Amino acid sequence: MRRVLWILAVLLSHWRRHPMQLATLLIGLISATALWSGVQALNQQARQSYDRAAAIFGGARTPMLVARDGKAFPQALFAELRRAGWPVSPVVEGRVQIDGHSARLLGIEPISLPVEVGNAPTLGRTDLEAFLTAPGQTLVAPETLADLELKQGDTPRLSNDATLPPLKLQPQLAPGVLVVDIGAAQQLLGKSDQISRLLVGNSHGPRKPLQQVAGDRLMQVEPDAETDLERLTDSFHLNLTAFGLLSFVVGLFIVNSAVGLAFEQRLPMLRTLRACGVSARQLNTVLVAELVVLALAAGLAGLVCGYVIAAALLPNVAASLRGLYGAQVPGELSLQPEWWLAGLVISIIGALAAAATSLIKALRLPILSSAQAYAWQDAQRRWLKLQSALALAFFAVAALLLWLGQSLLAGFGVLAALMLGAALLLPSILEFALRLGERGARQALVQWFWADGRQQISGLSLALMALLLALAVNVGVSTMVETFNRTFLVWLDGRLAADIYVSAADEAQARAIQSWLRARPEVEAVLPGGRAETQLAGAPVDVLGLPDHATYRDHWPLLQSAPDAWKRLVPGDAGFISEQLSRRLNLSVGDYIDIPAPGGDWDVEIVGIYADYGNPKGQIAVNVAALTRRFPATPLTRMAVRTDPANVPTLIAALSNQFGLDGRNVVDQASIKRESKQIFNRTFAVTGALNAFTLGVAGVALLTSLLTLANARLPQLAPLWAIGLTRRRLALIELLKTLSVAAITALLALPLGLVVAWCLIAIVNVKAFGWRLPFDVFPLHLIRLLIVALLAAVAASLLPVLRLARMQPADLVRVFTIER
Amino acid sequence: MHVSLAICRDAKWQLVVLSVRNLFKTYRSAGEPISVLRGVDLDVASGERVALTGESGSGKSTLLHLIAGLDAADSGDIKLEGASIGALDDAERAALRRERLGLVFQQFNLVPSLSVSDNLSFQARLAGRHDPAWHAELVERLGLAAVLQRYPEQLSGGQQQRVAIGRALAVKPLLLLADEPTGNLDETTADEVMTLTGDLVRRTGCGFLMVTHSMRLSAMLDRQVTLHAGRVA
Amino acid sequence: MSASRTIITRRAFAGGAALLGLMRSARAQGFAGLSEDADGFAQVLPGKDFVFPADHGPHPDFRIEWWYVTANLTDVAGNAYGLQWTLFRQAARPGPQGEGFANQQLWMAHAAATRADSHRTAEKFARGGVGQAGVVDKPFQAWIDDWQMAGSDRTDDASLAPIEIAASASNFAYALSLEADRPVVLQGDHGYSRKSEHGQASYYYSQPFYRARGHLSFDDHSVEVSGSAWLDREWSSQPLASDQSGWDWFALHFASGEKLMLYRMRQRSGNYTSGTWIGADGRARPLGPDGIVMTPTQTVEIGSHKLPVSWRVDIPALSIGLATTPLNPRSWMATSVPYWEGPISFTGSHQGVGYLELTGY
Ligand SMILES: Nc1ncnc2c1ncn2[C@@H]1O[C@H](COP(=O)(O)OP(=O)(O)O)[C@@H](O)[C@H]1O
Ligand SMILES: [Mg+2]
Repeated sequence: MRRVLWILAVLLSHWRRHPMQLATLLIGLISATALWSGVQALNQQARQSYDRAAAIFGGARTPMLVARDGKAFPQALFAELRRAGWPVSPVVEGRVQIDGHSARLLGIEPISLPVEVGNAPTLGRTDLEAFLTAPGQTLVAPETLADLELKQGDTPRLSNDATLPPLKLQPQLAPGVLVVDIGAAQQLLGKSDQISRLLVGNSHGPRKPLQQVAGDRLMQVEPDAETDLERLTDSFHLNLTAFGLLSFVVGLFIVNSAVGLAFEQRLPMLRTLRACGVSARQLNTVLVAELVVLALAAGLAGLVCGYVIAAALLPNVAASLRGLYGAQVPGELSLQPEWWLAGLVISIIGALAAAATSLIKALRLPILSSAQAYAWQDAQRRWLKLQSALALAFFAVAALLLWLGQSLLAGFGVLAALMLGAALLLPSILEFALRLGERGARQALVQWFWADGRQQISGLSLALMALLLALAVNVGVSTMVETFNRTFLVWLDGRLAADIYVSAADEAQARAIQSWLRARPEVEAVLPGGRAETQLAGAPVDVLGLPDHATYRDHWPLLQSAPDAWKRLVPGDAGFISEQLSRRLNLSVGDYIDIPAPGGDWDVEIVGIYADYGNPKGQIAVNVAALTRRFPATPLTRMAVRTDPANVPTLIAALSNQFGLDGRNVVDQASIKRESKQIFNRTFAVTGALNAFTLGVAGVALLTSLLTLANARLPQLAPLWAIGLTRRRLALIELLKTLSVAAITALLALPLGLVVAWCLIAIVNVKAFGWRLPFDVFPLHLIRLLIVALLAAVAASLLPVLRLARMQPADLVRVFTIER
Repeated sequence: MHVSLAICRDAKWQLVVLSVRNLFKTYRSAGEPISVLRGVDLDVASGERVALTGESGSGKSTLLHLIAGLDAADSGDIKLEGASIGALDDAERAALRRERLGLVFQQFNLVPSLSVSDNLSFQARLAGRHDPAWHAELVERLGLAAVLQRYPEQLSGGQQQRVAIGRALAVKPLLLLADEPTGNLDETTADEVMTLTGDLVRRTGCGFLMVTHSMRLSAMLDRQVTLHAGRVA
Repeated sequence: MSASRTIITRRAFAGGAALLGLMRSARAQGFAGLSEDADGFAQVLPGKDFVFPADHGPHPDFRIEWWYVTANLTDVAGNAYGLQWTLFRQAARPGPQGEGFANQQLWMAHAAATRADSHRTAEKFARGGVGQAGVVDKPFQAWIDDWQMAGSDRTDDASLAPIEIAASASNFAYALSLEADRPVVLQGDHGYSRKSEHGQASYYYSQPFYRARGHLSFDDHSVEVSGSAWLDREWSSQPLASDQSGWDWFALHFASGEKLMLYRMRQRSGNYTSGTWIGADGRARPLGPDGIVMTPTQTVEIGSHKLPVSWRVDIPALSIGLATTPLNPRSWMATSVPYWEGPISFTGSHQGVGYLELTGY
């Protein structure tokens, strides 16, 4: 043991003498772990809340019996099924309004609730009596309590004047849900003797066939492996994960370069250790132990950073998820111990992976060094060839995936393969470019400039790869975001062509509002609309009724349309469909769809396809009159109002006064736009932040590589100084050299970035969200990024260059005096 | 081993510590196989100081490496204190090197990130037999007291080689192997280092086998052997 | 261990205790609230006229009530079996019956099947008011989920026969037909059964003359069985005195056709013993506290519970001296309120089989 510790101490002494290298290694590991685990924390948090939502008393996780017509059914069926051996438990469900907030009220029957359905997280046995006996309890999540601005024990009044049982905090509950005893819920919801569904437990007794007990009234719905929310938000999380992974890889690049360099520098030390009596196995064990110790330390620091990153980003992530998918994710981070453990493990695995080549070399290390002077050059050339071959293989994989892949995952696969290929090709391209420069140079110093740059590539290549990747992703993502922004704004202008949007409580009020509005001189037009729900191919779809009016005809953004599309809408046998729906069902203009309607299927010809960004549901737009004919129950409570923008505030104020409407029932166009933009900005704020982190990490990689190289480069620089170049000039040359290498890298990153953007827009977006954006290039953006890259390079090389400029002549002289 | 050393010292017995018999070694790398050693026989007794000379490329370093267990012979036998090293595995050879051999090379092979003091005690600590009194004596005799806290790169060549010799002797080895230890030193420094080494070898009573080019230095030792045409003459 | 677990009351009381145990009432005093004040609930008073079939049905104004069947059976090879089917009712509060899920009645059921080497139990809970569990007097039906005790148009009100009982669980199931040709027997003083010197009492009648026939399965292995069964009906609002910790209860079928019911309420000062001797003709003779001697002869330990599973029973006035042996000494009911209940056989002055119940250990 003492021996092992001494070997470890000897190995570690290297870091004491090369703190910058240690810093590089640690920074690499820390940033890799931090970004990865930060993103994991965000995903975990979100998934946890989906689980909570899905797990409330079965939710989508338990098989259920529901009425075929989806309505409530008599509770007598519950007893009949129980007597027939079915382990069912009744649930009644509805929505209630508390002080303007809407919440989901769930009535459960705790005694028959099957254990596996999850009464465990919600009801302790101790609380059963309080829950069951008057006045009972209303279980509520902390978030809901905060939203409602209520506290435990309160008995809030509902909009129908009923009073909820006293509120009781239940942290495991999903936000937005109130849970009461089924008896209380039936009263509160006005559903006496009715139940909404039956949860089916999994005890295996003999059961009479369902048909025999309930006839055709009920059907069994099997649980989803994935909840709707999970399906919808998968793409969003995949996005996050991809960024996390990218940062992880960039971090590991740094680790790999640091470990590789340290290993090269420690080769003589390792040989000496072996010669002085350390066995190969012992040496390798200690080398791995050293790495694990470093990885643990860095992993812990990384986890703390990851926590901070996640906590900082969570509010935005939560807001996007709510805005885009209606998913309730609390804005506060709560992490499980597994997260910490997984973070440490990933840090160790990452470190071992990054150090694998070095460790294998150490394993095979011959004790006797054969001093081969030019061997490393050969090795480098061979390595470059191998890298290029690997790069081509990656490109082939990318092409294959592009050709064959259909899924979102394949889309990301294309991206990853492309980027890795490009990164691997980078050193060869740089080598080629520098050799061109060398050949074209006349002057000796210029020639040296290029030749020396070439020699530096091997030391810098990993950092430059990281820079390339970070820049390319930056270009790609910012191009996509910018494209989206523009398209979205134009689209919003078209979709929100009216000036005020009103939603009445019922049709009577709607009629009253309409006639009141029509009587006002400043109102140019009142455009009533309606919305019905139906199902297409098993998924819910909205059918939107549009009035035949110039406001829509002139502004509504159609991506594709048949001639006279708007005119053809009027008779009611034609409609537009949203882009998402057209992609999902593979429909195009000229096709027909059968819309399930109460009076029988409604055969509609598709005469147009429109963009419907940010809507997870498919949508069909038809003439509003036709809609009310086919869906007679559709409440026509929505209307759009055209007026001069200057009149908007007064009109809204008058409307609110007259009909008691508030901010949720009457909205002006500008507010809707503002809110919509906010949602998307927040979505991209997360992407942007991760983007910036990645670029930062690449910058750090460059800095640390340059710093470690600086010392090793003295023997190259000292002769130049000796033949009469000032230190200042030398420093300047060094700076120029770094800049030119970085500039070449950045220039290469631009086309790669555009390819990335294309992949994001044409593959990832389409698969993830169902819409495709036009592909635009924004030269100003590219120039800005180029400058950022160069600034990063300058910043990274500043420290080593300044050190060189201020170096004592004695240090330079030493190069000649010390025998090596 | 300590017992036998003690016996040999007190009784002035000449105990054979190293015995090489009929050693063969051929390098088979890319080109022609190079037959370097072709039946080498060699003995070194404890307390005996032997100079190994021979032209460049005659296989002196190769022989030393084989004796140190850094490489394996094709055939023949190497015995240390009567025990053959041919059958040892890597871990046993490592143990042999750290506990019973001292190695000094032409390039000093110090650990650049350890201080002079730590370099000196490096092998002794590996062997688990760091002896502070002996350490102090070595420091004093090698004249390193002033530079103990420095790092190797801050020392002159002669000083570095003295550290290397001190490191090898700190374990009180059975046999000290040196491969042109003064090759990188100027004449005065070389003499100085040689004298010191001779003294210390006598002080520890170990066997000493040194490869050198210099007739002058080889004359300072007890016995001279020459490697020629793959055999010891 | 909480009071509600350590001090368990007698069979029927076990039902109430279990429900209260489920509720873990903070108000509960004594064991699990069984000796709580009966304020608001109907009181058990002497001199009640029993009316059938009405009294076969539930008495929701009383706090607790049960329908309790035990059977001693054998298969063709002569192997002995026992089974239990029990439905308990407990009212969470007095007053008018709530509608639907607002109903205050809670139901609990236990089922068990015993043979010499195995004892299987199961338990069910339900709320009243919605039909998941309940009892109807005519035609008689008592049920919880798919466990039931069901009569038919042929069921005679006086004898409560014929009747079918069935229950199934993951590792056992049974279905029996019960027949009897004698009317039910009122226990105690014309159905008024004292439980202490302080006035605690219940209404109590039995049908000890059931002849049983049906099948019983352990895991998926089914056997044809036949034998004798015994129904106990009991309801009360405050059946235990506050110093009573539990009881030992016997229901014995004599080979010669007579039946004997005995119980011993264990209390802090002296025990309260009572019983009924039922002739083969169905005539009942109450046994006073003084004439019965019940002595444990052997105990087994199950978990932390020490249970007297073998007894010596002497009733000198009737020249009865019996030694009882359990079919399976480990007939432990590991239900939410645990107790011991299992088939026994006896020898001595008479021979026969029966059931023993031990609570509060
Ligand atoms: N690892 C090796 N692989 C191939 N040939 C080697 C190797 N090491 C030494 N040689 C060759 O073996 C011969 C002896 O080398 P060496 O023992 O170093 O000689 P010396 O030390 O006497 O100068 C030389 O010709 C040398 O080129
Ligand atoms: Mg040599």
